[in-house]
Amino acid sequence: MTPESEHLSEVPAATAPPWRAHAQTFYWLIRRELWEHRVLYLAPTAVAAFGVVGMLVGSLVLSNAERAARLADPAQAYDYMEPYGFVAGTVFLSGVVVSILYSLAALNGERRDRSILFWKSLPVSDRMTVLSKAAVPALLMPVIVFALVVVAQLVVLVLTSLVWLANGFDPRLMWAQLDLPFLWTVLAYGLAFMTLWHAPIFAWLLLVSAWARRVPFLWALAPLVAIGVIGRLASGATSAPNLLERRFTRGFTGPFTVGSRGEAPVQTLADLDPARLFGQPGVWIGLIVAALFLFAAIRLRRTRSPI
Amino acid sequence: MTCIRARGLRKAFGPTVALDGVDLTVEAGRIVGLIGPNGAGKSTALHAIVGLTACEGELEVLGRDPWTRRGQLMHDVCFIADVAVLPRWMRVGQALDFMAGVHPRFDRARAEGFLARTTIRQASKIRDLSKGMVTQLHLALIMAVDVKLLVLDEPTLGLDILYRKQFYDTLLNDYFDGDRTILVSTHDVAEVEHILTDVVFLDRGRVVLDSSMEDVEGRYLEVVVGPDRIAAARALRPLNERTLLGRSILLFDGVARDQLAALGEVRTPGLADIFVALMGGTQATREAA
Repeated sequence: MTPESEHLSEVPAATAPPWRAHAQTFYWLIRRELWEHRVLYLAPTAVAAFGVVGMLVGSLVLSNAERAARLADPAQAYDYMEPYGFVAGTVFLSGVVVSILYSLAALNGERRDRSILFWKSLPVSDRMTVLSKAAVPALLMPVIVFALVVVAQLVVLVLTSLVWLANGFDPRLMWAQLDLPFLWTVLAYGLAFMTLWHAPIFAWLLLVSAWARRVPFLWALAPLVAIGVIGRLASGATSAPNLLERRFTRGFTGPFTVGSRGEAPVQTLADLDPARLFGQPGVWIGLIVAALFLFAAIRLRRTRSPI
Repeated sequence: MTCIRARGLRKAFGPTVALDGVDLTVEAGRIVGLIGPNGAGKSTALHAIVGLTACEGELEVLGRDPWTRRGQLMHDVCFIADVAVLPRWMRVGQALDFMAGVHPRFDRARAEGFLARTTIRQASKIRDLSKGMVTQLHLALIMAVDVKLLVLDEPTLGLDILYRKQFYDTLLNDYFDGDRTILVSTHDVAEVEHILTDVVFLDRGRVVLDSSMEDVEGRYLEVVVGPDRIAAARALRPLNERTLLGRSILLFDGVARDQLAALGEVRTPGLADIFVALMGGTQATREAA
């Protein structure tokens, strides 16, 4: 090598430390995803808005006698919280749905519209790009869902308080029965678990998105259906389909129920058992599988050309 | 200073050989045209240079292996694949924001300066721009990045003549400063002929000609010969012969000007004529095969 070419091979003199440059690139990659996929926040926002309207109507149609009855009976406190939990649940589910749709499109769309040639002309590695896309369902969506639920519940709380006030009730009596911090703790707990538990699912969807030329949705589903059908036909080999089913459903049921079989819903903070929930081998095996899928997706993004 | 160094590049897609032992050296500060018919392997070669595809053989761009170090390499290299690869959902302003966010060498004010000369507004979505405007935008983004090597793969494909001319004029006047290196591929020779310092002809994955423009001008000559001298002219073994308005035009490689002047009017051929002469031979064998 000549001295000149040695000079050329140096990493460009960046003034900021490398981790800051990486963090900045990552931040813009995430913003980029939000620009392209506005449904990520618009759909859950619409669901939350529906929930707010629904609960407000529910509060308006309540008769004063019913209001008085509710306040008189502390045993109804949990029932009273149920609509708040319901709004949280629907926003939570809408977050899962948009995450699935997003992950299937994330690495497929850029090849389909050839924009991958533009993205790859920038100093952003394939690893960084794939990880930014994996971070959307894993990190961004839980934050969006949590924020939306909190805002929606607070809006409902303010509006229903006004309704109660207008009807001559002291809203503080209602607040005493409503334990929103408990709901938020359970929600954060559930989102944290679901992120880890569902990680291999979203990594799988990203992998298929990078691999498939068309209809990634069918390619993602086909092996699962095949395993399910074969598993059911071959009696005694039902463990594989059961495993897949549990991988999906336990993300929703695991954190919100008590007992190993999900016998009862979580009603107090004492019902939460993080050691059991996060300690189960399925969580960690799932994360290893997710890492393998992501590794394969990064390899594929490097080699696959536009469709 | 060597910008690109390739030795024995080979790439096959199944039975189709796209690159068949390409050797190429591009020095810094040159404007190199990579010219060849459709399917000659131009895109594959350029994709290899910007790290989009793996190849057999040795390849070094600005001292790095593009395939394994694409992320770092793209700090110093810009690439325009072909028109309309900018994401259609993006707004112009978002494209500027994003470039400024991820590219340490991007000068936003400069890009805005280029855009101010066009009718492109920052609030527009790229899908609402015409093909020519998308190219103008892409060029504005690219020219605002301070890089050492610019790789253009058929950048004016599908554009009308006004945009095409403007594209290369802008590139030459506002971008090229003598230090930067530009590698441009096209199948339209006439379009780039006047801006090149070097030319590489590629045909079926092989380099057919690799020369500076001065050497090309000194080496190839064309002579217009009347019917009486045609036999004498053919004896000098022309590369190619064509007839125009009843007169024969013969193209020679490395025959002295004085020798040809005795046969008729001597001219400097256009790059397109040399291209046809060199490729025409292979075309004939291709059809015979």
